[in-house]
Amino acid sequence: MKVNLRIWRQPGPHAPGRLVDYSIDGIDPSQSFLEMLDALNEKLIKEGKEPVAFESDCREGICGNCGLVINGVAHGPKAACTTCEVRMRQFEDGQTITVEPFRAKAFPMIKDLVVNRSAFDRIMSKGGFVAVNSGSAQDANLQPIHKDDAEHAMDAAACIGCGACVAACPNASASLFVGAKVSQYTWLPQGKVERHGRVLKMVKQMDAEGFGDCSNHAECEAACPKEISVSNISRMRREYTKALLAGV
Amino acid sequence: MSDKYPLNPNIPPGPVQEKWTSHKFNMKLVNPANKRKHTVIVVGTGLAGASAAASLGELGYNVLSFCIQDSPRRAHSVAAQGGINAAKNYQNDGDSVYRLFYDTVKGGDFRSREANVYRLSEVSTNIIDQCVAQGVPFAREYGGTLANRSFGGAQVSRTFYARGQTGQQLLLGAYGSLMRQVEEGKVKLFPRREMLDLVKIDGVARGIITRNLVSGELEKYAADAVLLCTGGYSTVFYLSTNAVNCNATAAWRCYKKGAYFANPCYTQIHPTCIPRFGETQSKLTLMSESLRNDGRVWVPRRKGDERKPSEIPESERDYYLETKYPAFGNLVPRDIASRNAKEVCDEGRGVGPTGFAVYLDFAEAINRLGKDVIAQRYGNLFAMYHEISGDDPYETPMMIYPAPHYTMGGLWVDYNLMTTIDGLFALGEANFSDHGANRLGASALMQGLADGYFVIPYTLGNYLASAQPKPVTTDAAEFEEAVKNVQTGVEKLMSINGHTTADEIHRELGNIMIDEVGMARSEKGLKKALEEIPKIREKFWKDLRIPGDAKDYNKELEKAGRVADFLELGELMARDALERKESCGGHFRLESQDKDGEAKRDDKNFTHVAAWRFLGEDKVPERCVEPLEYEYVKPSERSYK
Repeated sequence: MKVNLRIWRQPGPHAPGRLVDYSIDGIDPSQSFLEMLDALNEKLIKEGKEPVAFESDCREGICGNCGLVINGVAHGPKAACTTCEVRMRQFEDGQTITVEPFRAKAFPMIKDLVVNRSAFDRIMSKGGFVAVNSGSAQDANLQPIHKDDAEHAMDAAACIGCGACVAACPNASASLFVGAKVSQYTWLPQGKVERHGRVLKMVKQMDAEGFGDCSNHAECEAACPKEISVSNISRMRREYTKALLAGV
Repeated sequence: MSDKYPLNPNIPPGPVQEKWTSHKFNMKLVNPANKRKHTVIVVGTGLAGASAAASLGELGYNVLSFCIQDSPRRAHSVAAQGGINAAKNYQNDGDSVYRLFYDTVKGGDFRSREANVYRLSEVSTNIIDQCVAQGVPFAREYGGTLANRSFGGAQVSRTFYARGQTGQQLLLGAYGSLMRQVEEGKVKLFPRREMLDLVKIDGVARGIITRNLVSGELEKYAADAVLLCTGGYSTVFYLSTNAVNCNATAAWRCYKKGAYFANPCYTQIHPTCIPRFGETQSKLTLMSESLRNDGRVWVPRRKGDERKPSEIPESERDYYLETKYPAFGNLVPRDIASRNAKEVCDEGRGVGPTGFAVYLDFAEAINRLGKDVIAQRYGNLFAMYHEISGDDPYETPMMIYPAPHYTMGGLWVDYNLMTTIDGLFALGEANFSDHGANRLGASALMQGLADGYFVIPYTLGNYLASAQPKPVTTDAAEFEEAVKNVQTGVEKLMSINGHTTADEIHRELGNIMIDEVGMARSEKGLKKALEEIPKIREKFWKDLRIPGDAKDYNKELEKAGRVADFLELGELMARDALERKESCGGHFRLESQDKDGEAKRDDKNFTHVAAWRFLGEDKVPERCVEPLEYEYVKPSERSYK
C-alpha cells in the first residue's frame, strides 16, 4: 500500500518547525507504523536527506518511549495501544496521515518528533516510591493484601509514562500520570505511611513543571494506551484534600 | 588454559550453603563517613543498574547513573512478562533454596559456577520481600497471600508475577528507589548518554567517556569504580525480542580495554515468539511462555501441507513435543522447545506464509476449561497476538517461532562481580555468571535484582576498602586521550559517506548470525560465518552512510557505532561456538548429538568457562579457561523425556 505523510519537522528547540509532505509506497499492511517510518527514513537517507527523528525502543507497547500524534490523536487511531503497536492495516491505501510530536509546555522540543519528558522523572522523584532501603523488608507474606486491592493497584501501576495523557489534554495536564501513581500506593498498605506527603509533593512538582490543571475532559483516559481510568484523578484529589486536612 | 593470565573466580572457602554468609562477614566494610567520599559510576538503569544505583545511594555513596533512554524507567527489563523466581516455598510443594540452586545448575547444563548460583538462590527470597515492601503489586490469592505459578519447565510453583508485566513492575519499584536517591542528592542522573569508552588509570577502571545523545558532545566522568549494567547482546541477530536500542557497545569497549568476554556463544532463543512476516520487520515480539502451560504445539505430519489448521484432522497432526518428551511435553525447557521447532520447520513441515512457524493450539484447553478461564489467564497475550498477526487465537491456533531473547554470555566476572579489570564490575545480563549455557524462565529478573540489591552493595565496599583508590579527576591525561580516541572513532564513521545504511548492514549480519550461529551450529557453518562477517565488516567501513551531523541528535550515528561493535562481537560468538565442540544448553553443535538427536555434552573436555582476551585489532583473541567444579550437583544428562 501507499500512504502520504505530513510530518512535523523541526531541526531543534529554537528553530521554527513545519509540516513536510512525503509519500511512501510498497508498505505491507502488517508492518507497524514505526516500521513504515523506518522505511521512509531509509528512503530519505538514500536520497541524501536527513531522516525524521522519532523515538522508540521496545516496540511492543511497554517501555513508553514512543509517542506520536497521528491524525490528531495521541498514539493514533486505535484505542488502548501505543504508537509502536499501531499497524498499517489501520489505514486506507492512499490515505494522508499527519504525524506530530506530543506537544506540551512541560515537554520541550528536542528535534522533529522527539520531545523531552524528564518532567515526569522529576515528579516521580518527589514521591513515586515507598521509602524502603534495600535489605530492610519483612517477609513478603506477613502482610496480606486483599486480592481486589492488589488488582486495583496493578490497574494504576500499569502506567508506562509515555505522556499521551498530557498530549491529549486540552490543558496539557499530567493529572492522570500523577493520579495513577498516587492511586497505586493508596490501594496498598505499603503506601499508607507516606500518603499525605506523597500527594502534596507530587502535585506541587506537577504544577512547577508547567503542566495545566485538570478540567474533567477525560481525553487522557481515551488516549491512554493502558486504559488507566480517570477515577485515579478523583482519588488523587481526595487524597490531596485529606492531606490538606491532615495539615502536613 | 592460559597460564600467564589465570582466571581466579575468588570463590570463598567452605560449604556452598555458608560461602556467602561467611564472605559477607569477611569482606571489609567502608565506614559510613567514608562512603560519601567515594563516587561510583553505574551504566544502565535496568533491574541491575537501577537496583544497584539505588542501593549504593542509600548506603551513602555518590552515584552517577547513566542510561541511553530519555528516562531510566524505559530500560529493557521493563519488557519482561512472565515472572520472577524465588525459593519461598509458599506453596508447600517442596521448593527450597537448595532446589532452586539445583534446578538452575542443571538447567544451565552444568556450565555455571555452583557458588554463584547458590548465592543467587539464597538471596532470591530477599528480593521478593524487598519488592513487596516497595509496593510492587504482585498477583495475590483470595486470602491476601502472594500467588505463584509454575514456569518454564519447573516442577514447583515458585514464580511470582504481576500480570504479564512483571518486569515493568519490578523495574518501576527499582526506578522509584532510584528517583528517591536522586531527590536525596545521592544519585545524579545522566539520561540520553551512551558510554563509548572506559577510562583506565594505572590499569584500574576510573571513569567513562559518554556521548550526549542530544547535543553530540563527548563527556568525561571520573569515579572510584564503574558498574556495567548494560544488558545483553541479542540484537546482534538484528531481529530479536530485545528493544531496538539494546546494544553491546559499552561491554564491547570494555572488552577491548582488557575485560575478558566469557562464553559469547551462549545465547537463548525463546520458543514462543510471533513469527516474522517479512523483510521490513524491525523486531520480534515475544509472548510469555506461560502460554505453553495450556497450548499444545503441533505441525502437520505431511510436508508442505497447506490446508488450514482446522482442516487437518487429529490423526494427521504431529504433537511432536508431547510424543518426544512424554514427561514434560509442551513444557520442556526453552532450548529444547526452540530446537525442535526449528527441526520440524527445516523438515518442511513448518506452517504459515514463510514456513517458519509451528502451531500453538488452545482448542483443547478452551474445551476443557472454557473460554473464560483461558481469557483470564492469557487474555492480554491473545489480544496482543490478534493485534499483530490479525488472527484470533480463540478461533484458530497461534503460530509461533523461536527468536533470540537473552544472552547467557557476557563479561567474565569473579564471585564479587568484578571483571578482569580492577574496579570494573558487571551486573545482570551484562555478565556471564549465573545461568551457565541456558537460563531458566523467570530467572533473569531474579539475577538482575540479586546483583544490584544484595550482592554489589557488599562486594563493592570490599573493593573500595581494600584497593583504597586515590582521588582522580577528569583532568587526568588518560581522560583526554580516551576522548580523543572516541572522537577519532566518531569522525571515522561520519567520513565514510557511502550508500548503505547501518540497518541494512545490521540485517545482513543478523541473517548470517541466525543461520550459522543461531539454534544449531556446525563446524562448516561457523567457518562460513567467520569468512562472511569480516566481509560485511569491510563493506560497513567502505560503504556506510550516516546523514546529518555528529554534534546533533543523530540516531543513525548511534546505530552505526553499535553495528560496528556487533560486527566484531558476532565474529567472537562464531569463534567461541566453533571452539566449543560440544552441545550444551543454548549451544547446539550438530556434530555433538546422541542417536536420538539430543544434545550431547562433552564434560571431559568442556567443563569450563571460555573467556576471551582481546589482543588487538585484527588479531585472533586468546581463549582462556576457568575450570568448573561440581561438588554438589553432579553432572548428569539433562534429560526431559
